[in-house]
Amino acid sequence: MAVGAGVRADVRPSSWGRISGVMLRQMYLYKRTLHRWLEAVYWPVLDITLWGLLSRYIADTDPSSRIGFGLLGALISWDILFRAQQSVSVGFLEDMWSRNVLNVWSTPIRAWEYVGGTVLVGIVRVALGAVIAITIAGVAFGFNFVVEVGLPLAPCLFALLLMGWSVGIATTAAILRLGQGAEELAWALGFLFQPFSAVFYPVDVLPAWMRGIAFFVPASHVFEGMRGIVLRDAGFPARELAWAFAIDLLYIAGAAWLFSWSLRQVRQRGLLSRFGE
Amino acid sequence: MADVEQPPTLEDLPVLQVDGLTKRYDDLTVVDRVTFAVRAGQTIGILGPNGAGKTTTIHMILGLVTPTAGSVRILGRAPHHDRGALEQVGFTATYVSLPQTLTVRENLRVFARMYGVRNAEDRITDLVERLEITHLADRPTRHLSSGQATMAHVAKSLLASPRLLLLDEPTASLDPHAADRARRQIRRIAAEEGLTLLLTSHNMKEVEEMCERTLFMRDGSIAAEGTPAELYERFGASGLEEVFLTIARNEEVV
Repeated sequence: MAVGAGVRADVRPSSWGRISGVMLRQMYLYKRTLHRWLEAVYWPVLDITLWGLLSRYIADTDPSSRIGFGLLGALISWDILFRAQQSVSVGFLEDMWSRNVLNVWSTPIRAWEYVGGTVLVGIVRVALGAVIAITIAGVAFGFNFVVEVGLPLAPCLFALLLMGWSVGIATTAAILRLGQGAEELAWALGFLFQPFSAVFYPVDVLPAWMRGIAFFVPASHVFEGMRGIVLRDAGFPARELAWAFAIDLLYIAGAAWLFSWSLRQVRQRGLLSRFGE
Repeated sequence: MADVEQPPTLEDLPVLQVDGLTKRYDDLTVVDRVTFAVRAGQTIGILGPNGAGKTTTIHMILGLVTPTAGSVRILGRAPHHDRGALEQVGFTATYVSLPQTLTVRENLRVFARMYGVRNAEDRITDLVERLEITHLADRPTRHLSSGQATMAHVAKSLLASPRLLLLDEPTASLDPHAADRARRQIRRIAAEEGLTLLLTSHNMKEVEEMCERTLFMRDGSIAAEGTPAELYERFGASGLEEVFLTIARNEEVV
């Protein structure tokens, strides 16, 4: 029995509490580390400036062409997908680098709560980068992304976010299973999808075997739909979005299974302990 | 009136019950049919040479490693199937670290949320005061000495007023003075909060000072267990160090 104890903890555990713990840890990292702000702001600014200048050059060469705007829109959208993926996988790496993995996994946290926390922080990070990129594209290069794409923009970006999160979860699962040596995957795996996503060119440009793979990449459908709107004034890309969301659901289910399998494997093989070394 | 057998209440259950706990990696058995129970308010020490299976046992209790066989129950709940069991457990070890860029207070706030501590600010203020690290609370953990970091880790492990505190070689990286101070603080708070403690150590003095019962592990099994007095008598030893050396050298174990 407690004797003369001070303030006892009033403990009422909840999923939201644990998710908000993961979020708070990431928020503090942003508060305290300049390079995270640079990463969230610097790359979007640099990318949009470079590609904005390229789009201006294309427009100067052929004033009737809207390809430059298409490229800018594609860049902003790809960045959203890539940042969403990174927010999940780098969130886990942060715990690995700081030898905090065992601290986190010895709490009552569930796998989905941990991933949920990194996803929610990622939304803030993605939104910040996107607002900066869209603003620069509009102000400096006269490309109003929101107006150009219009109503379909929201579902298109959501479909890209879903793909980004699922690739991020799969990447984290791979790092969890393979260990710190596999941390490069956090940067590399997202880009593996880029050629098949037909970000800057139509799917038709791809060789036949790549088109077959591209069909199973949700982003390829989203980019086809968005290209239709920006370059050809096509209507709401219902068919493309339906495919994108359907494949996204498969990706999310696959990534969740992979993460859960990896966690089970590392627990069975005693590999979680190595993240404390 | 006839006596009616009452069903066991939560208070009757051992805080920790470990039964036949075994961990094998292919042909290598690192923990072999370990069985013990820890009752409320007890402090139990696990001693043993490197590779004896102490840390693997702790990690299995925490659900970090899945046992090959056997079971762990924390107040009747199995952490491998029910992560809620870990709401009652605090943990710290010499080989883990709190995120270095965050201050002590920020780290404690993060873990307070993970454990669901609603009065986090009051609890943190109280804990850092009792652990005598109030002056360090707003300092990034990377600026702490080993002794100070250990106390911050202890504060983290105590945040949720756990019923069971697992300490894996908590003072291994500390000089004797800092280790002594850490031990005193942990013992005081354990007494104040009625904690049940399970700690592993290589430090005989630490175990003698803190634990009422000791489990000696060797090659994954419990080679001997008992109170220090029982062990001295059984091994004809004058201290735990002699008992340790006898067991570690694989001499006759009674």
